[in-house]
Amino acid sequence: MSTRLASGGRLLERSKRVTFSWNGTRLNAFEGDTLASALLANGKTLVGRSFKYHRPRGIVASGGEEPNALVGLGEGSRFEPNQRATTTEMFDGLHAVSQNHWPSLEFDVGAVNAGLSRVFPAGFYYKTFIHPRAAWKHLFEPVIRQSAGLGKAPKSADADRYEYFYAFVDVLIVGGGMAGLAAALEAGRAGAKVLLIEQSPHLGGRVLIDDVMIGDQTGPDWVASATAELAQLPNVDVRTRMQGSGVYDHGYALGYERVADHTPGDKRPRHRLWRIRAGRIVTATGAIERPLAFAGNDVPGVMLASAVRDYVGLYGVSCGDRTVVVTNNDDAYRTAIALKEAGLDVPMIVDARPRSEGDLALEARALGIRVETGVGLAKVKGKKRVEGVAICAQAGEGAVLEDIPCDCVAMSGGWSPVVHLWSHCGGKLNWDDKSAMFVPDPARPPLGQDGMGFVLTAGTTSGALDPHDAMKDAVLAGRRAADEVGHRHAEESALPHVSAPFETPMLPVWVMPQGAAIKLRSKAFLDYQNDVKVSDVQLAAQEGYESVEHTKRYTTLGMATDQGKLSNINGLAVLAGSLNAPIPQVGTTTFRPPYTPISMGAIAGEARDALFKPTRKTVIDDWLDRSGAHWEPVSDWRRPYAICRNGENVKDAVTREITNTRTNVGLLDASTLGKIIVKGPDAGKFLDLLYTNMMSTLKPGRCRYGLMCNENGFLFDDGVVVRLSEDTFLCHTTSGGSDGVHAWMEEWLQTEWWDLKVFTANVTEQYAQIGVVGPKARLVLEALGGMDVSAQALAFMAMAEGELAGIRARVMRISFSGELSYEIAVPAAQGLAFWEACLAAGEAHGIQPYGTEALHVMRAEKGFIMIGDETDGTVIPQDLNLHWAVSKKKEDFIGKRAHERSDLTRDDRKQLVGLETEDPSDVLPDGAHAVEGAKLANGMENMIGHVTSTYFSPTLKRSIAMALIKGGNKRMGQTLSFPLGGDKVIKAKVVDPVFLDKDGERQNV
Amino acid sequence: MSETVFEGAIRVERFVGFGMITIRGDFSDAKIAQATAARFGAGVPKTRAITVGDTGMLAWMSPDELLAVVPLGEADGLAAALADDLSAAHALVVNVSDARSVFRLTGAGAREVLAKGAPVDMSPQAFGPGMIRRTRLGQVACAFWMSGDDQFDLVCFRSVGDFVFDWLKVAARDGSLPEYL
Repeated sequence: MSTRLASGGRLLERSKRVTFSWNGTRLNAFEGDTLASALLANGKTLVGRSFKYHRPRGIVASGGEEPNALVGLGEGSRFEPNQRATTTEMFDGLHAVSQNHWPSLEFDVGAVNAGLSRVFPAGFYYKTFIHPRAAWKHLFEPVIRQSAGLGKAPKSADADRYEYFYAFVDVLIVGGGMAGLAAALEAGRAGAKVLLIEQSPHLGGRVLIDDVMIGDQTGPDWVASATAELAQLPNVDVRTRMQGSGVYDHGYALGYERVADHTPGDKRPRHRLWRIRAGRIVTATGAIERPLAFAGNDVPGVMLASAVRDYVGLYGVSCGDRTVVVTNNDDAYRTAIALKEAGLDVPMIVDARPRSEGDLALEARALGIRVETGVGLAKVKGKKRVEGVAICAQAGEGAVLEDIPCDCVAMSGGWSPVVHLWSHCGGKLNWDDKSAMFVPDPARPPLGQDGMGFVLTAGTTSGALDPHDAMKDAVLAGRRAADEVGHRHAEESALPHVSAPFETPMLPVWVMPQGAAIKLRSKAFLDYQNDVKVSDVQLAAQEGYESVEHTKRYTTLGMATDQGKLSNINGLAVLAGSLNAPIPQVGTTTFRPPYTPISMGAIAGEARDALFKPTRKTVIDDWLDRSGAHWEPVSDWRRPYAICRNGENVKDAVTREITNTRTNVGLLDASTLGKIIVKGPDAGKFLDLLYTNMMSTLKPGRCRYGLMCNENGFLFDDGVVVRLSEDTFLCHTTSGGSDGVHAWMEEWLQTEWWDLKVFTANVTEQYAQIGVVGPKARLVLEALGGMDVSAQALAFMAMAEGELAGIRARVMRISFSGELSYEIAVPAAQGLAFWEACLAAGEAHGIQPYGTEALHVMRAEKGFIMIGDETDGTVIPQDLNLHWAVSKKKEDFIGKRAHERSDLTRDDRKQLVGLETEDPSDVLPDGAHAVEGAKLANGMENMIGHVTSTYFSPTLKRSIAMALIKGGNKRMGQTLSFPLGGDKVIKAKVVDPVFLDKDGERQNV
Repeated sequence: MSETVFEGAIRVERFVGFGMITIRGDFSDAKIAQATAARFGAGVPKTRAITVGDTGMLAWMSPDELLAVVPLGEADGLAAALADDLSAAHALVVNVSDARSVFRLTGAGAREVLAKGAPVDMSPQAFGPGMIRRTRLGQVACAFWMSGDDQFDLVCFRSVGDFVFDWLKVAARDGSLPEYL
């Protein structure tokens, strides 16, 4: 049993008791605990079930590399699955539940899979569920999804806020252990702007627990004085609870700050995602201890040696009364010594090496600990809990020499530097044979824009496992980082000497015992989280998987949420052994950010609810909203689809608005239309190049409808161009097109036609633009009072400037409805006043506002196209019978050359036609396909085109539609079939798309 | 629109503060530079800088674009006058006073509020009076400059004024500042 010791625990505040809940049971802990240490203190060694076999699993590690202890944390709107107990800070009221078990943690039905592990080998899913094909989707996948998977998705919306923060520093130091602190001191003393970030709540890393002397100070004392000095440096910031999660190009790094995980509901943002631009990044991320692969190494109670030591020293927790230490290196002896000093029993140190003569071994022996060399563990006894171990010769196949009862196993397979951040952006690794680990190759760092490395490593991360070497490496890294960003030390301080016991070399041990029989190998786990065993990787090799990347995906080794922090090196060593290839030749899989999973909330930042996406609003928006607007999104704008009167439904509102506009007068908020000023001596020439038609011949005070194509000849925007004066034009764009068209203009001016004397300005938002539309429109304008708006003074397609209702106005007599129609631009600040003036002046004439659907129906009645309905990026003006708007006189315009290509000139392209359904009450669905003739060889209908716009016209009292139909120009009068699924087919006659007032008499009044 | 002030970790005020004029031209042309400078009593600002004169402030917007910030109500007159001054040159002068929403951020934490949304070094060493940044705030374009000690003026397009106000209210919640800058 694990339990709390009476004393000890450097990080604990024993005076501050807290209670927490675990699977509904209230338990005690101290401030300073992690959830993992608190669970162990309460004897909870079983914390979850494994992913595939549902085997009982316990806590293995004491940090972010933990594969097993994933829990559901919080409740309701603060519930989050898959949280690592080892990095979860304890607080009063913490609520945690175990996951991946059914019906309970102690008794799990899925564990039957474990008995079937022989039929669940590597690649099992691929092999078993591939046939029949359809069964995967409908049978296998749903069942597997239910029984597999870790944790449950939250059911209610997240109660917390998240945010970003942008920071800029000279030197970012990731990791607040000895190396990070030393590097920060050096860079800080040199005057560089330094930010040191540490993922845990406390600084110090391993020197808090491993017995070293730095200068004449103990590890913890040195950490305290280093922290104090850093606090005094104004150019240095230290932030804890903040992980360096990713390194990207150009010195960009992601910091994941867990601001309020330990103080939920205190109104602070829960997580803050720091986006840091750094001149140099120093990674001082330490190393991770590797497990050993022996049978039963996943039984709860088998832990990393360093973790067992951490729990004793940092949290005052014993992981067991009798701990067998099994190792291939000297470092694990520290655990045996720490346990012994805490009054606990260490029945044996099982050392796989033939000899063990280091300082630590001598000390352990002196404490009376039995040390056996050349031996390993044949297996661990016990199912839900370690009950003992069987000792065997490491060189053999697992014949048992001796059984040792124990309740904890502390294992160490050596250390792997945390090279993740170094590797994220391309830093390369070397294999260090002596310590059997990958280390950063300083000659091949990630390169910045200046061709220099922008990431440096410090301390253990560099591969310096010896504490003195690590200190030296860190000091030099700190100095170099500061130096490279232009801060040189005035005088260099002396290198602190770090003294630690002399350690003898480790011995690589990838399988224990080295000749383990299949029965043992198939119980020796490499990846705890994904249940990958030594035998699985060996099977993959036998089946021909040579690439580590393929083996990873086939076996799922390292593909779990821990991304193989414990399993990768062991796994690839086993693979290398099976392939009979050297480890560096097999190589590693790719390290990708983030280092550990970060919350979705942090990624989203503030962008949720109203801030999820910007909504653009006109100055009439508020009035419309109060007056019954039924909103629809039009690019980023919101526009009223219809303005419903009390109790009216949307469909009725649209019909009313159309009828009123056609018989009386309607009012439209057209402010969203793009408005771009184009000015200069070459403005006409420039617009002739941009538009398909001629703009330079437009007279001042006149308007012309224009089309814009891209280089491929495809129509992408349209609008009315107004010549304001000899050298100034106002170009209207579609509502969604203003920014894009403005950028398009600037791109051509800046990159191709820089010799043209033209300036542009996007004044879209400077004006409110109000449409007064309908037979009584002129009466309304006259009632407003001001400028002359008579037919003589303001003819169709004319523009005049003056005042209406005392407001400066630019009036354009243009029509998108076929009615007598004015669009009036007024300064935006006076837009609402003008709108209300129009309503008042128009009251006697029956004025009513109308929305975008009425606008759409009315333009369709007139056969006017809408960008995005009749165009889809593959349509040219000629397809839409807009030949008249494509100049044949102009020498050039964007798209002209493309229009001459054979595919764009063939006469059976899809062309715009009008459609009248045989039954006038049948409205074709948008996008319905017309079919013709026999079915194709593949059984599909022969589709000849589709409906682009379709409405019921209240004006014509029948349905109308437009469609792009193959060779449509030659089909006038034909009847087309539109199958709608089932037996339903709508038949429609091809007609002229101008349904109403073909001669334009309504607008020429 | 009814609410115009938010008091949180800082004060955020949405106001109708000043007139604005966009000026486009080649400011390396001495005639254009001099006419512009004379009209506002302020020199042509260098890259990412602002200059302040008797009749207004000139802000750098791009290599061939300046923004004049002038008293409310004077923009039309000044724009017309400058257009007249520059009538012989190739330039574009346009009153854009209504095109933008304006916010004033006041308080020691204003820098940190902005640093939550703008990828700009907001430390006092890097950003101070006399500077302007055209950048973004969250997902929308904006520009800001210092208008006093611990005070920033921020402009965005008028249509996203509500969005930016909502954004600022979230970013300026009490207790939400990182206390880093």
